[in-house]
Amino acid sequence: MDEALQHTCAGLRERFPEQVSEPEETFGEVSVRVRPGRIAEVCAHLRDEEGFELLSDVSGVDFLGVAPPDERFLVAYHLASLSKNVRLRLRVFLPEGQEAVPTVTGVYPTADWQEREVYDFFGIIFEGHPDLRRILMPDDWEGHPQRKDYPLGGTKVEFKGARVPPPDIRRQPTTTTGYPGRIA
Amino acid sequence: MSTRELHLGGSDWDDVVAGAEDETMIINMGPQHPSTHGVLRLVLELDGETVVNCSPVIGYLHTGIEKNTEVRSWTQGVTFVTRMDYLAPFHNEMAYCLAVEKLLGIEAPPRAQAIRVMLAELNRISSHLVWLATGGMELGALSMMLYGFRERETILNIFELITGLRMNHAYIRPGGLIQDLPDGAIDQIRDFLIDFPKKLNDYENLLSNNPVWLDRNKGIGRLSAADALALGVTGPMLRASGVAHDLRKSAPYSGYERYDFDVPTSDACDCFGRYVVRLAEMRESLRIVRQAIDDLPSGPIMVADPKIAWPAQLQLGADGLGNSPDYIRKIMGESMEALIHHFKLVTEGFKVPVGEVYVPIESPRGELGYHVVSTGGPKPWRVHVRDPSFINLQSVPHMVRGALIADVIAAVASVDPVMGGVDR
Repeated sequence: MDEALQHTCAGLRERFPEQVSEPEETFGEVSVRVRPGRIAEVCAHLRDEEGFELLSDVSGVDFLGVAPPDERFLVAYHLASLSKNVRLRLRVFLPEGQEAVPTVTGVYPTADWQEREVYDFFGIIFEGHPDLRRILMPDDWEGHPQRKDYPLGGTKVEFKGARVPPPDIRRQPTTTTGYPGRIA
Repeated sequence: MSTRELHLGGSDWDDVVAGAEDETMIINMGPQHPSTHGVLRLVLELDGETVVNCSPVIGYLHTGIEKNTEVRSWTQGVTFVTRMDYLAPFHNEMAYCLAVEKLLGIEAPPRAQAIRVMLAELNRISSHLVWLATGGMELGALSMMLYGFRERETILNIFELITGLRMNHAYIRPGGLIQDLPDGAIDQIRDFLIDFPKKLNDYENLLSNNPVWLDRNKGIGRLSAADALALGVTGPMLRASGVAHDLRKSAPYSGYERYDFDVPTSDACDCFGRYVVRLAEMRESLRIVRQAIDDLPSGPIMVADPKIAWPAQLQLGADGLGNSPDYIRKIMGESMEALIHHFKLVTEGFKVPVGEVYVPIESPRGELGYHVVSTGGPKPWRVHVRDPSFINLQSVPHMVRGALIADVIAAVASVDPVMGGVDR
């Protein structure tokens, strides 16, 4: 693990011993688990003390059937420090039925649309978000489409008043009658 | 800079109209306005011709690509992701494949990496050309539109020669590429490399000292470096605010550390700065393409592991279908094992180890990140895309508050949003 990151993680553990786990390195990427309650303070610490200027990405994952119900949802925050050229992932697991985490828009304004997207697709509430509405799905949409228990499929298509005539009185397909330039 | 200033607003029509002051007017710009780059809707609150507030409304082009990848094999995912940011299909394919390869613990062979870089840089030029063409048209430089699309056509012809398609190529696959370069591709690229620098000079002669172009771009859509970072803005927009951040330099992928190129920046923090940066980037991309084809390694274009690589180099037969007669003879006539293996690989696909990765690359619009989660199966558990257009578009209200309506057009053009990527 990068030295700067080791230092960062040690500082985090010292400042938030109850909230932040030991760092974990997988595939060359470092992540720490953070309890949902004080995520905004953790982010503020990382931005102001450790030089993580950029919140790259906020991403939701639904581990239905893979993880136990009290760790069903994951919100992953991908932070980047341009000055130190390191990246850190904060992982916040949320239990089924209490899908809520404080917003980080106060620390990183870029989280505004990203948290709206996670809310839209996973139904995770970002407490204190200034404008938590759906962003990509229509405003009156029901359900949160990227949850694993939300079926893949389109909206119901309604054919109002469509009747299919019996085969013997159906029109012949127009292409058999030929068209200009067709080689017979 | 307080958070309040950066609050992005954005509410429904009824809320906006009810909340407006008496003297202001609310109008809809888009979603079908020709200068909103697709289906972007901006709800503008106007005091005379001055923008008091601006609320972007997006989602009109949402097609559920992320959800769709979860029910297809890892290889099929490429066909989906290439359709997100349709002006930068190779970047989408590359980022996705790099993420899958990272999970698999493999690396594409050197030749495949070099071809990826070459295509990505040609793609950057073609994407910037669309930005220049449409941006020019929106600000009244109509001839720029014709020139830009003309030159882009040359690049698309090269893409068509190499991949068979002008867009949505699905050419880069986990583990390498689907095909090697066809005969004549390198020659066609060399012709382009000779021809295009002259064209770039023409664009500069046309625009850089053009009084109308300067008036409509200089000092418009201002975004300081601090605001840009707070809003997550990356790519040419960030570099035009004076931050020399380029993932090709700071976290090289696919062998970018082997190429010699500069990262152009500008301190202007306005639309003109973004124009200068993007134009300079096209020249740098030409440098990279030249180095890539001069020094193109030989060797395979796909990893050797038969559990991952699709088995055959397909060839276009006389019947117009792609197949490999030798390979078919082998699996149909000689080896039952090979047939079973082929069947499993093509229908079920390969399995990817449990884990999650986040792979960012430098797309023409900024940091394109793929957060890919695997639970060990033959399909992705989750593919989340951090699309730079989506993030950069958030900066529009901040850039246009207090400006004129005409400046909104310039500001949106300088973001260069691609709605296919924004809405996914």
